[in-house]
Amino acid sequence: MCLAVPGKVEKIKGDVGIVNFNGVKREVRLDLVDVKIGDYVIVHTGFAIEKMDEKDALESLDIWKELLKAEEDY
Amino acid sequence: MDLYRDRSVSDTLIQKISKISKNLDEIKICHVCGTHEHVITHYGIRALLPDNVQVVSGPGCPVCVTTQGEIEAAVNAAEKGAIVTTYGDMIRVPSRRSLSDAKASGLDIRLVYSINDSINLALSNPTKKVVHFAIGFETTCPTTAVAVLNSPDNFYVLSAHRVVPPAMDLLLSSGKINLSGFIDPGHVSTIIGIKPYEPISKKFKIPQVICGFEPNDILMGVYLLLKQINEKRVEVENEYVRGVRAEGNLKAQILMEKVFEPCDIRWRGFPVIPKSGLALKKEFSNKDAYNEFNIEIEDIPEEKGCSCPEVLRAEITPRECPLFGNMCTPQNPKGPCMVSREGACYISFKYEKSFR
Repeated sequence: MCLAVPGKVEKIKGDVGIVNFNGVKREVRLDLVDVKIGDYVIVHTGFAIEKMDEKDALESLDIWKELLKAEEDY
Repeated sequence: MDLYRDRSVSDTLIQKISKISKNLDEIKICHVCGTHEHVITHYGIRALLPDNVQVVSGPGCPVCVTTQGEIEAAVNAAEKGAIVTTYGDMIRVPSRRSLSDAKASGLDIRLVYSINDSINLALSNPTKKVVHFAIGFETTCPTTAVAVLNSPDNFYVLSAHRVVPPAMDLLLSSGKINLSGFIDPGHVSTIIGIKPYEPISKKFKIPQVICGFEPNDILMGVYLLLKQINEKRVEVENEYVRGVRAEGNLKAQILMEKVFEPCDIRWRGFPVIPKSGLALKKEFSNKDAYNEFNIEIEDIPEEKGCSCPEVLRAEITPRECPLFGNMCTPQNPKGPCMVSREGACYISFKYEKSFR
């Protein structure tokens, strides 16, 4: 039920966007986020519930890698 | 996303888990998310963990914890002439009168992917009343809030929404299961952030880690929990940094607070949990199906013989239910946990064939 999948915003018209999920495009409501074309969003039951811009995604990847690396010496 | 599924990263994490677990007694970790149960079982993660580290499934499936009284309320709305919409597996959940039985008897009950589909249904049927039977945890509640604020007059909400932290509190208060840590639900946390979990850690001295939905997210979560336990720390950590901001989604929180107020509500398998439900505020009573159709939630006793209540309270695993796999299967489910794709029994039946 709380399944949510990431996709890329390709078009925006008001509160509705077209989001590309690995080639599958769907209408998604954007009421819960502030996004622009090109942003990645996490989508749950037809609504984007969080924005993931590329910088955020890369930063969180770094945080995760650091977490893993720091643990290596444990 | 590769890192979160990378086999060599899994191996590293499994080694770390194995090493640290040698310092520890019996560890029981509970998650409260159907999607986590899916990932854990699908990837066989329990088999990768040391013997003294157990991961159990709690009340993380919204379909499963919705009571028969609420299902009856949705059927009542349909009987009073409404088109009733709801999500996925809710229709098949056994009840005194299930939604699928009601549908078969001719009532207009429809399945939707999004509450937005229900709004469109209301727009294209202006002479009918459309009621969305709104189930789900914090991940879904803000979408219902948007719908309440932006929908035609003939659209109503029958709220069966619930919030997760009070149920976690109740699980620990009951004293029936001895938990060492919580894996907190990722997309619930996307909305609510870290703060709502902190009182639980403080009150019960229990570590928590918010986890994502790839196999290495779960392994990292288990490792971080074991590390907290070993170091005698009690914190709420966030492993799912790519999907959860510390403060959560503020826009969604504001919309939820605008539309809903907490209410006391019973969960399937649980008694009434104080402030664990979300009811529409009085100012939105014109959108409230309970009000519009004069419906109350009836207190219907749990089905005898079905162990879903014990499964939802993390007291037994699905395979410990005497009905599992013989009297109760996905084709002929006796309880909600065998119906829902997020139910622990359905997931176990689907993926753990060797245990059947």
